Amino acid sequence: MSNTMKTLAVAGAVAAALVGHATTASAQAKEKCYGVSLAGKNDCAAGPGTTCAGTSTVDYQGNAWKLVDAGTCVSMEKEGGRMGSLEPLDRDLPKS
Amino acid sequence: MSVTQDDFRAALLDAAAPVPAGLTDGAGAPAGRRYNVYRNNVAVSLREALHEGFPTIAKLLGAQNMDGLAGIFLRRHPPSSPLMMLYGEAFPDFLAGMPQLAHLGYLADVARLDLAMRQSYHAADADPIDPADLAALPPERLVETRLTLAPALRLIRSAWPIHAIWRFNTEEGAPRPEPGAQDVVILRPGFDPEPHLLPPGGADVIAALHQGHSLGAALDAATGRVPDFDLTPTLALLLQGGAIIALT
Repeated sequence: MSNTMKTLAVAGAVAAALVGHATTASAQAKEKCYGVSLAGKNDCAAGPGTTCAGTSTVDYQGNAWKLVDAGTCVSMEKEGGRMGSLEPLDRDLPKS
Repeated sequence: MSVTQDDFRAALLDAAAPVPAGLTDGAGAPAGRRYNVYRNNVAVSLREALHEGFPTIAKLLGAQNMDGLAGIFLRRHPPSSPLMMLYGEAFPDFLAGMPQLAHLGYLADVARLDLAMRQSYHAADADPIDPADLAALPPERLVETRLTLAPALRLIRSAWPIHAIWRFNTEEGAPRPEPGAQDVVILRPGFDPEPHLLPPGGADVIAALHQGHSLGAALDAATGRVPDFDLTPTLALLLQGGAIIALT
């Protein structure tokens, strides 16, 4: 590929990638949503030696969170009329 | 304690080894059974760490096989760091070296993906560039520009369909893996790492950028292998994943 061709190819790709970026950027903002994840499905990839990944033992556990698209959390309705929350909840806690 | 640390440690990962002599409890009585409890806990906790750290492998092999492999691995490769979250770095190569697993050629690469996901999670934070900075560069500068990639980025190249295998074992209803080579880049735009399938040549670009080559040179690296390579999807992926943290 000639240098001119390469310069154009790179510039074109950057321009196209930036256009794509502008339209998807708004989907990027995430918020922590409490009380909507199924048992063992709460988001966390911390792995061994930590105690957060998949540790929720009750479905829709109030103090376990899952990342959802920003703005969708509180509109998320789950079984039995449970709603998502941006703050940890007292309901559905595991029996200790 | 009248036992040296070496003696204490030597018997720790060998349940058949005799309890080190001279161990006593708080009242001065022999503490052999306590040592056995402790020794058992060490092995069990390392085994659990491997189950947690390699979820796809555990799922592919089943809990019982994973237990057996973990038992062998933890004795050959005890932790070299007290940071348990990083344990198991040698596990992919260990799997590759097990003759009993030779028929599952993809296993080691899938383990590399599991490990890279965890390393990505624990990697340092870095703020991505403002895409406007990239847009502001004229074409002749762009081609010479070097991109610094985020510490959380991981690249795994494989002759196996590792992304499809990962998805099939992670997402409900994901399609069955089809044979074929797949390269994966792990990006961490928010809190959690995400593995993305790269188009052919995409891994050449990312590897070249990672080595400090310019965008132009990175494009050359890909077109050398994939003549009609289009840089756009790979670049868009890096931008969306917040993986570009500086321009030089």
